[in-house]
Amino acid sequence: MAEIVIRNLRKEFGAFTAVQDSSFTIADGEFFMLLGPSGCGKTTTLRMIAGLELPTSGQILIDGEDVSQRPASQRDIAFVFQMFALYPHMNVRQNISYPLISQKQPKAQVLARVAEVARILGIEAIMERPVGGLSGGDRQRVALGRAIVRNPKAFMMDEPLGALDAEFREHMSEELRSLHDKMHATTVYVTHDQLEAMQMGDKIVVMNNGFVEQFGTPREIYDHPATMFVADFIGSPSMNFLRFNAGLQSGDCSVNLGSFAVRTPQVRQDTATAPLVLGVRPEHVTLKDSGDYRGQIEAVEYLGTTQIVTITSPHGALKARIPTGQVAKVGETVALEFTATTLSLFDETSGRAIRTAANAGVYHG
Amino acid sequence: MAEVILRGLTKSFGTTKALNNVTMTVPDGAFVVLLGPTGAGKTTTLRLIAGLDEPDSGDILIDGASVVRDMPAQRDVAMVFQQYSLYPHLTVRDNLAFPLRSPILNVPEADITRQVEEVAAVLRITKKLDNKATNLSGGEMQRVSIGRALVRNPRIYLMDEPLSSLDAKLRGDLRVELKRIHAEMGATFLYVTHDQIEAMTMATHVGVLDQGSLVQFGTPREIYENPVSTYVAGRLGQPRMNILPANAFGTAPNGAAVIGLRPEHVRLGDGQAATVRRIEHLGDQTRLHLSMGPHHIITLTDGHTQMSPGDTVLVRAEKPLWFDVAGNRLP
Repeated sequence: MAEIVIRNLRKEFGAFTAVQDSSFTIADGEFFMLLGPSGCGKTTTLRMIAGLELPTSGQILIDGEDVSQRPASQRDIAFVFQMFALYPHMNVRQNISYPLISQKQPKAQVLARVAEVARILGIEAIMERPVGGLSGGDRQRVALGRAIVRNPKAFMMDEPLGALDAEFREHMSEELRSLHDKMHATTVYVTHDQLEAMQMGDKIVVMNNGFVEQFGTPREIYDHPATMFVADFIGSPSMNFLRFNAGLQSGDCSVNLGSFAVRTPQVRQDTATAPLVLGVRPEHVTLKDSGDYRGQIEAVEYLGTTQIVTITSPHGALKARIPTGQVAKVGETVALEFTATTLSLFDETSGRAIRTAANAGVYHG
Repeated sequence: MAEVILRGLTKSFGTTKALNNVTMTVPDGAFVVLLGPTGAGKTTTLRLIAGLDEPDSGDILIDGASVVRDMPAQRDVAMVFQQYSLYPHLTVRDNLAFPLRSPILNVPEADITRQVEEVAAVLRITKKLDNKATNLSGGEMQRVSIGRALVRNPRIYLMDEPLSSLDAKLRGDLRVELKRIHAEMGATFLYVTHDQIEAMTMATHVGVLDQGSLVQFGTPREIYENPVSTYVAGRLGQPRMNILPANAFGTAPNGAAVIGLRPEHVRLGDGQAATVRRIEHLGDQTRLHLSMGPHHIITLTDGHTQMSPGDTVLVRAEKPLWFDVAGNRLP
């Protein structure tokens, strides 16, 4: 159990800077996600926390102690890799016992601890089997067992479900999360899958090009993205961006998209006239019969409970998520309405969110 | 453009029966998606139609005529594979033009240029037309291989997970593109995937395969709302259908072994007590994980819910589906 504090962490590989200047805090017992596209620096960050890479500068504090220049063996952290490696010549029990035996723990203690881990993971029935014949899920459980058994301060996981097919992945992610709910061990988890991050994480750090774009709960990040990158990366289909030119005044409660006034959360900062972006999540677009802001339906995609409607609007293609019961026909012209309280505004040049009454509480500069 | 009929198609590889007596009609102009896990027989079906493998028994009719004796080239079908296969020594333009330059077709060069550019625009690779095929990212290579099928006007397009190697954003864009191409050209598609979003969004019909047998064929909506078995029910829907013992919510009809409930059909507010275990805010939907006695239930709730783990809620089953011991739907 541990709190992990990351302060101004930086990592250079020769001329390439993988991590620029990261700062965030992982609270004790949290399931913490490092999310971003490939090459964003998330795995490098994880490896630095684990001690597999040493940072160029900055601090890593585990329970208040700076461990940034210590080797992995002195950090008491367990690492679960994407390609989980088991010892092929050992059975399940021997695989799980191994970390304790190599620490020369007394036999009785090892036996008791391994039994407990087997119970937590629900693998008591396969303890004496060779690992060769196990299913993918059981192999994964054994790999987890080997990490859990030492009772480390924290778990590091690098896309542990990345190699699994979609169906099984959903199942394992639920299992991992409920395991965490039983053990409450601090877990740092790397993924490029935004849905996985939203589903499993207590907190998420979104990284891009070595920078931390945003740090917060899944809900904060989804509802109030701090940058256009985050807005676009999180959510499927992603947030609609409607581009316009304007200057805003603190206190404004609407913006003018050309000749259309759109109500927004109250603006809390002044901006010079510049290219701005109105961000609208697909589920916050409502199709109406009458209204001034109109568009033509280009495509309709059925998704079970909801459907995704692609509409050509005066500001480009736009996607709406509407209930399946509502009729939407390709070719039809409809009026569009946006749910005012949920909208985001961005400065297009910097890509950063403009402060409003909606995001004031969660905006992490 | 053509109708494709499969009649009693069977194919074994050694002792494994890859396809078992599959009978199915792909209507002219339809977009049929074959759905099933690895090993269900999806790819085998495509390969038999394309003529890359021979069936042990059964018949394949394209436009009413049997093609099982025809060579692949004579069948006039276009196939896109999961793994792109381009001519590495040719440019993107020449790769796309290749099918049109076939001496049998004798297409004028001006037409070739126009068709190649049209397809390149649709797939957003116009800027790369003069690149060597090897000088592309994986996603671009796959778009070229889809493009090579699209420049022709075959009787049917056969596609084997063509989008699975692309990133999420591009996959979403190409889904809409393929659907648009299908609508505009009126072409017939037979498309294999294990991605349920692709199946739901693009298909006019979905065929669900289970260990070589076709277990259900219908519109995405029919498959979602009226699955014939728990196996089919498990193919579509995120989060997946709740499958519980038949008596979990009280009395069950005769012969029912399990009750199947879509998450949106677990109603909150009255009924039996359940404990909130976890709330997942996924943005467009909020999932509620509940424990009802020994059972785990997933349902959806409003994003602004004030519930927290440990709370007790009341749940009721609406529009339940009943299945027997073998997982087959009761009438």
